[in-house]
Amino acid sequence: MPRHNTSVCGACLNDYVVEQVKRAIKDHTMFGRDDRILVAVSGGKDSLSLWDVLMRLGYDTAGLHIQQGIGDYSGQSHQKTAAFAESRGAELIFHSLKEEEGAGVLELAELTDRSPCSACGVMKRYNFNKIARDHGFDVLATGHNLDDEASRLLGNVLRWQEDYLAKQSPALPASHETLVKKVKPLYRLAEREITAYAVVNRIDYVIEECPMSVGSKMFVNKEVLNRLETDSPGTKQAFYFGFLERQKQEDLAREDETIRSCGRCGQATTAAICSYCRILEKVKTAP
Amino acid sequence: MRVLLQHPKRETEIKGPRTVGQLLKRLNLLPEAVLVLRGDELVTEDEALKEDDIVEIRPVISGGA
Repeated sequence: MPRHNTSVCGACLNDYVVEQVKRAIKDHTMFGRDDRILVAVSGGKDSLSLWDVLMRLGYDTAGLHIQQGIGDYSGQSHQKTAAFAESRGAELIFHSLKEEEGAGVLELAELTDRSPCSACGVMKRYNFNKIARDHGFDVLATGHNLDDEASRLLGNVLRWQEDYLAKQSPALPASHETLVKKVKPLYRLAEREITAYAVVNRIDYVIEECPMSVGSKMFVNKEVLNRLETDSPGTKQAFYFGFLERQKQEDLAREDETIRSCGRCGQATTAAICSYCRILEKVKTAP
Repeated sequence: MRVLLQHPKRETEIKGPRTVGQLLKRLNLLPEAVLVLRGDELVTEDEALKEDDIVEIRPVISGGA
């Protein structure tokens, strides 16, 4: 672990990962022992490792897997997620876009002239929140790690997207009656550290990248940050943790004041009709 | 040694590098962006490699959908 100027064995890596997650939960008052936590699991190393750590810590969890309908890739993601849940006797909620919404991400993207990543994001955000609420969960946890957050911060800073900067936090409160609290307990851990945790603990995850993500800006930002990190270990942590510190000191984090209920489904949105309903309208009217 | 690479999945034969760090340099890969495995075990940058080793270079950026 170059940013800590040390190498660790498997047992110490596990201790380190668990301690970082415990600290994240405590520092941001993410959830307590009595809360029911829904973990969004894609089949990748981050979400499966997060679920593994939360179960290790004794939290009351279930997994939610949304099948996007991206051919074999989604099939493999579902298979690995289901196998993980079964091996640990854990509850897994499964939601198929093709079965529930009538079309997978690729068809939705085509029907709406959006990129597949944009359509995927809308479908995931809506369903994560709605399914968590419908099933009575207190919190939704996602596997975003330090690299994800640092690269997102870099993208937001490069374009000075101040609204996005205000909302970038490891814990977002339930700021509307239809929203559940959202947390990112892996934000203190580098992507490389989580990959090592998955390997050491024999977690069978999807190694391939999503075929739709080729050329994504997030990968470019991550590569830039990895170059900086290789030259100067600790850069990503200093960048993101420094941002969080300033956010706290200067009270930069603020709730979105334009949030209201969607005129169709009633879910939280900043527009009259939410993106999810606008996409579904296209599905219903498609020839 | 035989080197297994991902994104896309492929295999190549490389002669010369004596350590993991040298191998990554030869392949022009950033240590921060990958993990190196020999069998099921993670190997660090300063570890020695043998000509008959089979190593996997696993990118830390990966998916799930």
